[in-house]
Amino acid sequence: MSGLRRIARAGFETVDDWFSAAFGPAWNPMYNLGALGWFFYWITIVSGVYLFIFFDTGITQAYESLEYITNVQWYAAGVMRSLHRYASDALIIVMMLHLVREYVMDRLRGARWFSWVTGVPLLWLVFACGISGYWLVWDKLAQYIAIASTEWLDALGIFGEPIARNFLNPEALSGRFFTLMVFIHIAVPLIMLLVMWIHIQRQTNARSNPPKGLAVGTLGMLLVLSFVEPAVSQAPADLGKVPAVVNLDWFYLPAYPLLDRFSGGTLWAVFGGATLLLFLLPWLPPGRPEAAAIVNLNNCNGCGRCAADCPYTAITMEPRSDGASFSQEAVVKDELCVSCGICTGSCPTATPFRRTTELIPGIDLPGLVIRELREKTLAAAEGLSGDARVVVFGCGYGPGLKTLEESGVATLELPCIGMLPPSFLDFVISKKYADGVLLAGCAEGDCHFRLGIEWTEQRLAGARDPYLRKRVPRERIRECWAGVSGSRRLRKELAAFRADLKDLGPLDRSRPLSGTHKVSAEVESNA
Amino acid sequence: MRKVFQLAGQAFAYTLFALAVGYFATRPAYTYHDPDTALIKLSFSHAGQRKGECRQLTPEELAALAPNMRKPLDCPRERLPLVVELLLDGEILFKGELPPSGLAGDGTSTAYEKFPVEPGRHRLTARLRDSARTDGFDYEGETDVTLEPLQVFVVDFKATKGGFIFL
Repeated sequence: MSGLRRIARAGFETVDDWFSAAFGPAWNPMYNLGALGWFFYWITIVSGVYLFIFFDTGITQAYESLEYITNVQWYAAGVMRSLHRYASDALIIVMMLHLVREYVMDRLRGARWFSWVTGVPLLWLVFACGISGYWLVWDKLAQYIAIASTEWLDALGIFGEPIARNFLNPEALSGRFFTLMVFIHIAVPLIMLLVMWIHIQRQTNARSNPPKGLAVGTLGMLLVLSFVEPAVSQAPADLGKVPAVVNLDWFYLPAYPLLDRFSGGTLWAVFGGATLLLFLLPWLPPGRPEAAAIVNLNNCNGCGRCAADCPYTAITMEPRSDGASFSQEAVVKDELCVSCGICTGSCPTATPFRRTTELIPGIDLPGLVIRELREKTLAAAEGLSGDARVVVFGCGYGPGLKTLEESGVATLELPCIGMLPPSFLDFVISKKYADGVLLAGCAEGDCHFRLGIEWTEQRLAGARDPYLRKRVPRERIRECWAGVSGSRRLRKELAAFRADLKDLGPLDRSRPLSGTHKVSAEVESNA
Repeated sequence: MRKVFQLAGQAFAYTLFALAVGYFATRPAYTYHDPDTALIKLSFSHAGQRKGECRQLTPEELAALAPNMRKPLDCPRERLPLVVELLLDGEILFKGELPPSGLAGDGTSTAYEKFPVEPGRHRLTARLRDSARTDGFDYEGETDVTLEPLQVFVVDFKATKGGFIFL
C-alpha cells in the first residue's frame, strides 16, 4: 500500500471511529455507504413517482405545475419534492465516499474488479438523472443547464446542427426536446436499477438496505431538512434573457462552471479519461496477485460450509466427481476468489489437532496452507516464556503486529482473521502453548473481506460452524478489531489482556480440562 | 450516560449532514454572466455552394448507369466553407471561416458564437459568403438595436428567407 493511500486509510479509519462511537459499528454510516446509496435511490424513486402524478410535462406548464406542488400542496407534494432533491443530493455524497473509500481500502483488485467496474457507469447514470431532473423544472437554473449542456454536447461534434440552437430564443423552443428530457429522467433511473443490481451480484449477503435504525434516522433527517428548507424553483425560464446568476446544485453541477474556463472538448477529454482510468484501476500496479483457494477432494466431505461462508460467491457445491460416497464437493471459481482464506477457516477438517495423517484440509489457501499455519503457530509459541504468554493472530489489513513483539508475545499474520479455524484457539490454549489468544484485525463492521470478523465472532460464540469447543475458556480469548490505525489500541488491549491472564494464572489452575478431554488430549500427545 | 453521548453524537452527525446537503443544494450562487451586459448570439446552419461545378452527363454515360441512377447532373459532394463577419458599430465581433460538416465535407456549416456586449444602442452588420468568390459577400444584413442588460439578441441566417434574421 502506498504511503499516500495508507495516510488516507488512516484518515478514513479515524472518521470511522468517530462514527462508530456515535452510531456503533453496526449502524456506522461509513460502513453502510453502499446500502445508504440504495436507500437514497428508493427515496428518490418513491418521491419521484408521487411528483409525476402532479407534474405537467408540457414545456410551458411544467413550471406552473411545480409551483402548485411547492406552494399549494406543500404539505405532501412539496415535501416529496424536497425529499426528491435532498435524497438525490445525499446519493451523490455517499456514492462518491463509497468510491473513494473502496479505492483507499484497496477493495477493487482481483475478483473485486467486477463490483468496481460495474460501479463506474453508475456515476454517469446518476449525474444524467440529476441533470435531466433539474432541466424539467424549466426555471432559470433549468435554462442555464439546458444551454450549457447542449453547448457541451455540441463540443462532441456529432450533431449535424448545434443542438444548443433549440434554446436560442423563445421561438426556437421545442416541446419535443423537453419530452426527450422527461423520457431520460424516467428511463435512466430504471437502467440505473439494473446496473445497481448487477453491481452487487458477486457478493454474498450484499447489503442493499441500511440497518433499520440508521434508515429511520436518515429519513428523519431528510424530512426535517425538507420542512426547514423546502426545495423551490428559481424564476421561470426566459430564453430572451440570460440567466446571469443561478443557484447551482453543487452536488450535480460542479462541472458546469468549468465550461466557462475550459472548452467543452477539454472537459470531455478529462471526464472521459478519468472514466477510463477508473475502469482500469483494478489492474494497475501495485497489484498483489494471490493464488485462489484449492479443494483437496480426499479431505472434502461436501459439507458446504466453505460455500456458505465465502463472501464473494467463489465456491459452489457440485455433484461429486471422484466417486466418493459424499453427494457433493466444493468447487472454487478461481476468477471470483479473493484469496481471503475464509473458506479454510470454515472447513471442519482444518484442525491442527490432526496428527495421524498429514494436515491437508478439504479446502486450503496456497499462499498460507493450514499445515504451514500450524507449523508457524508452533514455532511462534515455542519462543514464548514467562507469565501471561499470548499468541496474537492478526489479519494483513488490521494494525501492524510487528510492534507487539515482546517477551511472552508471539504474532502471526493471516490474509483475513476469518481464515483462522476456531480449533487453532483450542489448540494453542488447551495444549498450553500460550496462556491466551488475541485476535486482531480490521475495524469492527469493516472487514476488508466483508465477512471475516462476523463469521469469526459467530464461530467463537457457537452460532456458526465450525464452533469453538465449549471447553476452551473464553476469558483466555480476546478480540481487538482496531483497523490499520489502531496499533495503540491494540497494544493497550494486549497489555490489559496480559494483566488479566496473569490474574488467571496458568490454565490448570483456572479451569482444568474435563476427564474426557484430558484422556483425549493425552492420547493425542502420545500419538 | 454513554447512551446520551451516543445520541448527541448521532444528532450532531445528522445535523452536519443536513446542513451540508441543504447548503450546497443551492448555494453559493454562481454568476454565469455579467448582469450588466447583454448577449449577442450568432447562430445558424447553412450549406455552402458545391466546391466544383456540376457536369452534364453524356447520353452514353447515362445509358451506362442503372435506370434508377440516371441523374443528368454529376455534382461533386464537397462544399465550400462559409466566410462570416459580424460587426458591432463597425468593429469586428467575429470573423471566421466555417468548414462544412461531415466526413466528406458535404454537410452544412454551422455557427454558434456568443458575445457579451454593453447594453445600449448599437448597429449590427452581418455578412456571409457561401460561393467561390474571392472577395465581397453573397449576403449582408444590418440592423439598429437597443439592447437591455441581460437581453439575448440572436443573429440567425436563412437563405430561404433572404439572408440574415435579427431576433
